[in-house]
Amino acid sequence: MKTGAKILVESLQREGTDIIFGYPGGVVMPIYDELYDSSLRHILVRHEQAAAHAADGYARASGRVGVCLATSGPGACNLVTGIATAYMDSVPIVALTGQVPTNLLGNDAFQESDITGITMPITKHNYLVKSAGELARTVQEAFYIAGTGRPGPVLIDIPKDVSTGLSDDVKLPEKVTLRGYNPTYKGHKRQMEKALDLLAHSERPLIYAGGGIISSNASPELMEFATLASIPVTTTLMGIGCIPCHHPLNLGMLGMHGTEYANFAVTECDLMIAIGARFDDRVTGKIETFAPHAKVIHIDIDPAEIGKNKRVDVPIVGDVKAVLKDLLLLMKKQGVHEAWIKKIKHWKQHHPLKCPANGALHPQFIIRTLSDLVKDKAVIVSEVGQNQMWTAQHFCFHNPRTWITSGGLGTMGYGLPAAMGVHFARPDVPVFDIAGDGSVQMNIQEFGTIAAEKIPVKVVILNNMYLGMVRQWQELFYDHRYSFTELPPVDFVKIANAYGIEGMRVESPDEVLPALQASLDCDGPFVMDFRIEREENVFPMVPAGAAINEMIGGHPPS
Amino acid sequence: MKPHTLSILVENKAGVLSRVTGLFSRRGFNIESLAVGPCEEPDMSRITIVVIGDDEKIEQVMKQLNKLIDVIKVSDLTDSERVERELALIKVTAELGTSRAEIMQIASIFRASIVDVGAKTLILQVIGDTDKIDALEKLLRQYGIKEFVRTGTVGILRGSKTVTSGK
Repeated sequence: MKTGAKILVESLQREGTDIIFGYPGGVVMPIYDELYDSSLRHILVRHEQAAAHAADGYARASGRVGVCLATSGPGACNLVTGIATAYMDSVPIVALTGQVPTNLLGNDAFQESDITGITMPITKHNYLVKSAGELARTVQEAFYIAGTGRPGPVLIDIPKDVSTGLSDDVKLPEKVTLRGYNPTYKGHKRQMEKALDLLAHSERPLIYAGGGIISSNASPELMEFATLASIPVTTTLMGIGCIPCHHPLNLGMLGMHGTEYANFAVTECDLMIAIGARFDDRVTGKIETFAPHAKVIHIDIDPAEIGKNKRVDVPIVGDVKAVLKDLLLLMKKQGVHEAWIKKIKHWKQHHPLKCPANGALHPQFIIRTLSDLVKDKAVIVSEVGQNQMWTAQHFCFHNPRTWITSGGLGTMGYGLPAAMGVHFARPDVPVFDIAGDGSVQMNIQEFGTIAAEKIPVKVVILNNMYLGMVRQWQELFYDHRYSFTELPPVDFVKIANAYGIEGMRVESPDEVLPALQASLDCDGPFVMDFRIEREENVFPMVPAGAAINEMIGGHPPS
Repeated sequence: MKPHTLSILVENKAGVLSRVTGLFSRRGFNIESLAVGPCEEPDMSRITIVVIGDDEKIEQVMKQLNKLIDVIKVSDLTDSERVERELALIKVTAELGTSRAEIMQIASIFRASIVDVGAKTLILQVIGDTDKIDALEKLLRQYGIKEFVRTGTVGILRGSKTVTSGK
């Protein structure tokens, strides 16, 4: 007989878990006691939200399932934002929560909250375990559900008497089978033929590539398909990295802060091939005028995404990697779209992203300097807001899983804790968290974690003493009325130092490279406080509700 | 916007009903009727939900329902040949010597049965589709309905077609 806590730890290890991010508390003490002399590494965070984001960062960077652990009540509730973040971006994590003993369930016991009820709409699935004997099977199922099909978070709520309860080893099946869960991996052949037929007749095809390519590890197939068929590729925020930035077919990001040429291409294409993307409103702008001349092929593993926002001519349900492989086999002749490629080249030449250079300290310059410095040898994590958009626009990403950001939920405070998780997935490269002064303060307590665990995260704070993205909207759409968006100056270097972390303040462009270099030369974590142009905006920009070719802050028509 | 009758086969587990109904409430749908019970498979339940909404929105909810791990099968019976029934119990004011006979006459026209006779009330049990029950309720209103309970619609496809796990 073994305790539930022991079964839990063994089950996690059976699933290949080597690290968990967590925070102890009353009802998880039996589990923590088991972790005390376990080979499973545990990272103590300073707030449970950070544990969820760290597990998420670990999962995104590694492609494996991330694990976090929190106690009942407030501990579990603090995971919620992190779980919702993972859910919106289809990230596989398993969140473990303690729960009050089963005999007290529903009794308003101390630190009780109905976390399975609370997380029902933001998890792929969740469990309330009723006995130690169910634990092994539940963990096996949870990892299977989290990591297969369209990935997502799964929560397991474990009452204290389940952790302390005893059970014999349960024989587990080799393979999990669930009658209500059978993701479709292979695309329908007839549909794929239809898609290739549309492609053969298209003069101006465009691939709209989303995060599904990254989670399915389908970049090589995407590249081969795009190159063979000569199709330009625009990526969503989540899709960045699936095609190298310098690739001639890459148009960069589309949508609200997309490149002008990507948005022009969307508006003029006659065939849109959406792959692992979901026609989010930040991508499409006014949906009626999104890709108005295009037939649409939509490849996605989740049938619920097909036709949700945009009418689709050829739906293909399946894993994008498998579907792209089959499309490559079925494709009879290679494509040439000379006039279209030429037109796009012209757009790229005449409508590049702008990088102001007037002697002041501009964030775009900082990002580009970092990009040139680290090249393809770093993972970049961002917070949410202007910092995120500047990085998405100006950093040159070469590989998938090197750009880690909260896209769907847009969670400020995501970056720093996610970067901690990323480090454990990719200890071989430096990890940078590109932050704003607003975002970084949402989980700044994690300076404590990176200091104590010597996690060498390099924090780049683009400090404009504003909640910059909201301020930008107030400037443009609310008549410069900066309602509650100004933040008083903070000495981030001092805060870092107080935690025992080295730091540097940067106030002019010529200090940028030395500071970034110093961060790389430092073995441990490093905090850089860049005092940037306060009212710098993210351009180009599609105002909310406009068509995506109606951008402001771009170039005059050429 | 028209009523849709959805038949949903689910695992018979705690919390499943809440997962299913949550998908409707999140989208602002009001569930018109709901019936749940065990079915031909021992560890499964069948839920019948009637909900009013436009076809596209219902289709999206069905896709989301299909994504729930505990949901085994979802079918929209609306455009198929089907049998739909609901059972209602109606407690009507009927003092001795007043309108009792009239009420009993109405009951027999509707093939409703009298399942309880009290000093001041009668309880009618009626089975039928929603329209029939609505019609009976409307007729009985003049006598004074003290209480009215209905089971919610259950539906089944005509002929050999089924909404089953396909095992």
